[in-house]
This record gives sequence, structure tokens and C-alpha cells, in this order.
Amino acid sequence: MTEGAFFQRDRNWHPPALTPPYKTSIARSPRQPLLSFCTTLSEATGPVFGPQDLGPLDDDLIRNFAHGYEPIGERIIVHGLVSDQNGRGVPDTLIEIWQANAGGRYRHVKDTYLAPVDPNFGGCGRALTDANGYYAFRTIRPGPYPWPNATDSWRPAHIHFSLYGTGFSQRLVTQMYFHGDPLIARCPIVSTIPDPEGVARLVAPLDMEASKPFDALAYRFDIVLRGRRSTIFENRMEGN
Amino acid sequence: MAHRLSYARETPSQTAGPYVHIGLVPRAAGFEIYDREIGAVIAGPETEGERIRIEGVVHDGLGAPVKDVLIEVWQANSHGRYRHPEDQRALPLEPDFTGFGRVVPDFGTGLFSFETVKPGPVPGLDGRQQAPHLTLWLVARGINIGLHTRLYFEDETEANAADPILSRIEQPVRRDTLIARRDGDGYRFDIHLQGDRETVFLDI
Repeated sequence: MTEGAFFQRDRNWHPPALTPPYKTSIARSPRQPLLSFCTTLSEATGPVFGPQDLGPLDDDLIRNFAHGYEPIGERIIVHGLVSDQNGRGVPDTLIEIWQANAGGRYRHVKDTYLAPVDPNFGGCGRALTDANGYYAFRTIRPGPYPWPNATDSWRPAHIHFSLYGTGFSQRLVTQMYFHGDPLIARCPIVSTIPDPEGVARLVAPLDMEASKPFDALAYRFDIVLRGRRSTIFENRMEGN
Repeated sequence: MAHRLSYARETPSQTAGPYVHIGLVPRAAGFEIYDREIGAVIAGPETEGERIRIEGVVHDGLGAPVKDVLIEVWQANSHGRYRHPEDQRALPLEPDFTGFGRVVPDFGTGLFSFETVKPGPVPGLDGRQQAPHLTLWLVARGINIGLHTRLYFEDETEANAADPILSRIEQPVRRDTLIARRDGDGYRFDIHLQGDRETVFLDI
């Protein structure tokens, strides 16, 4: 290894496994303690992806499933920086996103919501961060939608994010919300996060400095992955 | 008061939800969008080693199959080498071995299966060898943060006995939850999210 173990994941900061107001977690939450173990080669490594794995339109959800027309909805740019807990940008790492269309409907065999599927919208995209850890997607702002939890539960508009970092220990899946959405405070999935500061980390502000005049508004979503210990007192001095 | 450390906190996790397939395996969600989906092949035809098939079901606390789960597999090849820049050991690495797979069960039954090669042993901490294993990661609706676990092989008795992680698990009944059973030409590995047979999940 050129670097040491990943930082311990702060389990009091992330949502716990069992969060009864989010009902599905009740039968799907492990109850035994997790076995804690320092990073080995099996977790320090992980899949590495490159430009050869991606297509030219993968980061543009307005065009990557367009069948003759563009999808309906508010055109937006979602962009930000992926860094680690040491504040270093994470370059060349894969980000995958998925979302509902402007009406709140997912293109999925299991989604039966009455809002229509948009024939020109797939709802997924992928991108690699650049040399500094920066990424950007162009998409349609997703709509909120109802889901079976309480009798009238609605998810706030959100985009799902999946990230790898450099090792499998950094694997992270999360959701980005939109600043100002009144459904955020009512959502039992958002509320699985114990600390309001943690919730705020998932709420993307409007970013007029990155908008495209007469084209698209922008939202900023920065993401932090687990940091890694330095190996300053071990044999190799690189990377400190 | 003291000077404040400047480490940032990790972005909090949120459930992958029921439609994770759209983002990670769109064909399973019912549509074609990418020329090549990531994680489709763990070990191509040129990869050396024993070909194995692993199947199983992920169960919830009531014993029901978790049909919307997505499992990721990460592994070394039969020589114990990972496809990663940090693994520079002088061991063979076949060009069509990725070591990475995404596995989705049948939406009707919850049964998953995948094909790969049996991995070799890999180095652990303090020079101790780790028994051959697959690293697994699970997400689904109702799972708030991805679950890490491992799959070891029943027929690696000696290596398993010396494995640093397996030997950290006190109760034999818990330890057994990480061991895939021989089943014809392949292995059977059921995962239990909760209950008497709850799988050991890792904080690693």
C-alpha cells in the first residue's frame, strides 16, 4: 500500500440501520454489531474506470435518451467537487446518477406511479471527475412523487448519486436535494440522518455563477468521501 | 478551547431506494441506454482459474427474499492479484479479468446467481495471509447505508481457520454466515439481513 487505512467511518453521523419512521428499514436492518477491521488490500483496492468505459453523452441526461425530441422539464446543471476528508480532490473517479423525470416518474419496470414516462428521458447518467475532482451533469429537474410509507408520503425532488473513490471502503450512495423544497423537512428518508448539519450537506443551493443564461439553472453539490491515513512513519514517504 | 482540526466530514449516506437499477444496471430496470454496462463480466473467457457459479437469496428479518437488492462483487484473480494501481505485485493479471461485478436477483423470486473464477489468497495486515474471499457490498430500499460483507469458501478449511477476519468472529454460528457451501458445480451463499442467522456485516 502506498497509503494507510481509511479513516473510521463515523456511524453516528450516517443514518443508523434501524430508522422506524422509514418503515422498510425495520425488517431490513442488521441488529448485530458490525465487525470493525482495519483496511486490507481487499478494501484499499476497488474497481477503477476510465474514459473507455463511458459514452460521449453519458453526462448529459437531456440528450442521452432523446428520441428525436428533448425531455420535458426544467433544464439544470448539477456540478461540484468530489474530495476526501483530508480536503484533497478525488480525480478520475466514477459518479453515476439516477432520478425520476419532471413528473416524478421513474423509467423502471417496477414503478407504477400514474405520472407518465417521458419518451425522451432515461433518467441515468455517469461521469468521471477531472484531475481536480470536479464533475458536472446536465439534466432535467426531477419532480417529487408519492410513495407507500404513510398514507400520503411524498419524496422531495432528488437525484441519487453513486461514488467509488479509490478503494472499495469509500463506496458511497447518497441523494441530493434542492434548496427550498418544503418536502425535505417532511421526508422520513431524509430524517434518517441524525444531525441537521448532515442533512444540510445533501441540500444543493442554486448556483447562479454556474448557470447558463437563457439555457439552464445550476445547482452545486460537493461530495466528501472517506479520508485516508498518512504513512509518514512507515517506509514510504510519498503521498503525504 | 483548542485549535480546531480541519478534517471534513464524509457526505452522509442515503438509501439507494427501489430504483437503483436505473442508475447502475439500466437493462435490469427495463431499458437500453449504455453501449456497455459496468460490472457485467467479472472474469472473461481468457481468465485462468477454477470457474465457479455462486447463487443465493438475500433474506429480510422475516425470511422474505429481498428482490430489489443490488450486490457488488470485488475480488482478486486466481493468483490473488487485484486489478488496481495499488496492487503492483509481480503476479499474472489477465486482460479480461475485471474482478468487479454487479449482481441483481430475479425480480420474481429473489434468487441471484453469477459466474466468476475462484480467487486466490491475498495478503492481509501484519503479513498474515487472508483466505480466498469475495468482497460484497449490498444496497436496497430500506438499507440506509451500504452493507459490506465477505464470501469465503467451504472447501478452504485450513486457509479459513487462519484468516484474520474469520478468526476475529467469536461465535462459530456467526462465522459460518460468511462461508459459501459447495452445491453441485458451484456454491450457495444466502445472506440474512436480520434474525437468528444474521450475516456478519463489516465496518471496514
